[in-house]
Amino acid sequence: MNKASVKPAPKAGFNRTLHNTWVYVRQHWQLYVLFMLPAFALTVIFRYIPMGGIAIAFTDYNPIRGIFASDWVGFRHFQRFLSSPDFLKYLVNTLKLSVYGLLWGFPAPILLAFLLNRILSQKTKQNIQLVLYMPNFISVIVLCGIVRILLSPTGMINSLLGTRTNFMTMPSAFRTIYIASGIWQGAGWASIIYTAALSNASKDQKEAAIIDGANIVQQIIAVEWPAIKDTVLIQFIMSVGNIMSVGFEKAYALQTDLNLGTSEIISTYVYKKGLLDGDYGFSTAVGLFNTVINVVLLVSMNAIVKKMNEGKGI
Amino acid sequence: MQATAVQPKKRSEFSKNTPGDKILLIIGYVILGLFVVAIILPVVYIILASFIDPITLQNTGLTFDFSKWTTMAYQRVLSNSQIWTGFGNALLYSVLFTIVSVVVTLLAAYPMSRADFKGKAFFNTIFVITMFFGGGLIPTYLLISDLGMLDTIWAILLPGAFSVWNMIIARTYYMGIPKDLQEAAEIDGASEMVYFFQILLPVCSPIIATIAMWQFVGMWNSYFDAMVYLNSASKQPLQLVLRSILIQNQPEPGMVSDMQSTAERAQLAELLKYATIIISSLPLLIMYPFFQKYFDNGIMAGAVKG
Repeated sequence: MNKASVKPAPKAGFNRTLHNTWVYVRQHWQLYVLFMLPAFALTVIFRYIPMGGIAIAFTDYNPIRGIFASDWVGFRHFQRFLSSPDFLKYLVNTLKLSVYGLLWGFPAPILLAFLLNRILSQKTKQNIQLVLYMPNFISVIVLCGIVRILLSPTGMINSLLGTRTNFMTMPSAFRTIYIASGIWQGAGWASIIYTAALSNASKDQKEAAIIDGANIVQQIIAVEWPAIKDTVLIQFIMSVGNIMSVGFEKAYALQTDLNLGTSEIISTYVYKKGLLDGDYGFSTAVGLFNTVINVVLLVSMNAIVKKMNEGKGI
Repeated sequence: MQATAVQPKKRSEFSKNTPGDKILLIIGYVILGLFVVAIILPVVYIILASFIDPITLQNTGLTFDFSKWTTMAYQRVLSNSQIWTGFGNALLYSVLFTIVSVVVTLLAAYPMSRADFKGKAFFNTIFVITMFFGGGLIPTYLLISDLGMLDTIWAILLPGAFSVWNMIIARTYYMGIPKDLQEAAEIDGASEMVYFFQILLPVCSPIIATIAMWQFVGMWNSYFDAMVYLNSASKQPLQLVLRSILIQNQPEPGMVSDMQSTAERAQLAELLKYATIIISSLPLLIMYPFFQKYFDNGIMAGAVKG
C-alpha cells in the first residue's frame, strides 16, 4: 500500500480515486475473491434472482412456457386477491395474531429479566435460567405436538379441568394457544438479552440508590430501566418490522380443518395456493403484498422511533 | 474488587427490605415460580404418560399403578427405521449446513469489519436489503427447481447458508478485537490470510461456537425447507417424520399395523406421540446445558450491535 501511494497518481479527481481503488483491489484481491465472493454469490443467486422472479405475480405463469412467454396480466392477481372476501379475513387473522402476540409476548421476557435480576443467589438464578431456556431447544413440530397432546379431549388440560373440550378444533382458541405456547417456548430465551443489559447496569449507581433509601420501584425507574431502555427499543422496532412475517411453521403445524377461520394467515395461504394448488402467479402476488406491507411498517416504525429517541434508530 | 462489591449485597438480605418491597418481591418470586412450574409440568406429564398402557391412558389418564406401566411405546418407536433415517438425515443436514454457513459467514464478516475495505457500503446495502425484502416462496421454489436442486441436499444447504444477521454479529466481534494485534501481525509481515486464520479466528472462538450452535439448532428443528424441497422418504429429516406422527396423526406404518381394531390403533398412535416427543427431543435437551455458557457471549455481541 505504501509503494502505491508513492507513485504519482495519473490525473486529478475522479480518475485518481478510481486508480486508488483499483490499486487497493489489486493488492487486497483476497478480501474480494476468497472472503467476499461466497457470501456475495449466495446472496445474488438465492436472494436477488428470486426478486426478479416477482414478475411472476404479473403473469399467468405457465411452468412449461417460463416467465417471459407466459401471458402478462398486469395487476389482475392483486385485484382478485384484494376484492375477494378472503383477503380481509386473512389479513385480519395475520394482524391479530402478530399484534396480540406482540402485546403479550413482548413484555414477558422483560418482566422475566427484572425478576431474575432480583434473585441474589447466582446458583439459584442459573438453575432457573436453565429451566427457562430449555423450551427454546424444542422444535416447532414437537412444541405443536405437545400442545395438541395436552389440549386433546383426553389430555392434561382437560383432565385438570374435568372436561372433554377439543380445543384444537375451536377457532376462538387458536390465537390464545398460539400466543401462550409462544411465550412458554420463547420468553425465557428472549430474556437473555435483557438480563445481559441489566447486568451492565452500573453497580455503583444501584448501591448509591439503595443507600439513599430507594425502594425497588424507585431503583427500577432510576437505575434498571435506563440500563435496558435502548435494548427494549431496538427489540421493539425489530418485532414491529416482523409483524407480517408471523411464523409460517408454527401456524401451519397448529392448523386443523376446523380452526382455519382464525388460523389461516397470509403465509399459510401463500403456501397452499402456490405449492399445493399450483397457482403460482396468484400466490406470488399475495406474497409480494405481504412483503411490501412489512417493509412499509418497518420503515415508518423506524422513522417514528428516530423522532422520539433524538435521532437514534437502527 | 469483585469480592468487596458483593459483600454489602449479602448483608442486605430479604429481611432488610421495607414492607412494601417485601410484598413486591414475594409477588415477583411467585410469578417466576409459576413460570418455572408451567414449563416443567407439561414435560413431566409427557414423560410419565409415555410409559402408560395406551388403554389406561385413554380412559383414566396418568396412574401410579405400576402394573399399567409399559415401555411398549419406546420399543415401537425405536424399532422403527423411518425414525432412525430421520435422525441420520437431520444430523447430516445440520452438521453440513453448520459448516457451510459458519465458513461463509465468518469469511464475509472479515472484510466488512475492516475500516479500509473499499466497497463496504455497497456490500452492506446489498446484504441488508435481503433482511427485509425477498422474492418470496414461489420465485425461490422455481429457482431451486430450475437449478435442478429439487429433492437434493443442496436445496437444504445453500439457500440459507449466508446469514446477514450472523455476519453482523461476527463483524461486531472482530471489531472489538484490539487493533494492536493486527498491527503487530502486519509488522511481522503476516499476510491477511495468516492474520485471519492464525490470529483472528482463534481469539474469536466464543462467537464462532455461538453462531455454530444457532445454525445447528436452527437446522435441526426446522421443517419448512425440507417439506417444500424434499420428496423422497429416504431424504426426510427427523422433523418431517415427526410431523406425520405428531401433527398429521399418521404413525409410520410398521408402528401400529399389528393392532386388530381401529380403536386400538388410535389409542396406540396417541401413546406413540408421547414417546416420540421424548425420544426426538432428548439429544438437544441433554446437550444444551453444556453449551449454555456460549449463550451470553453471543447475545451480548448481538446487543452491542444494536
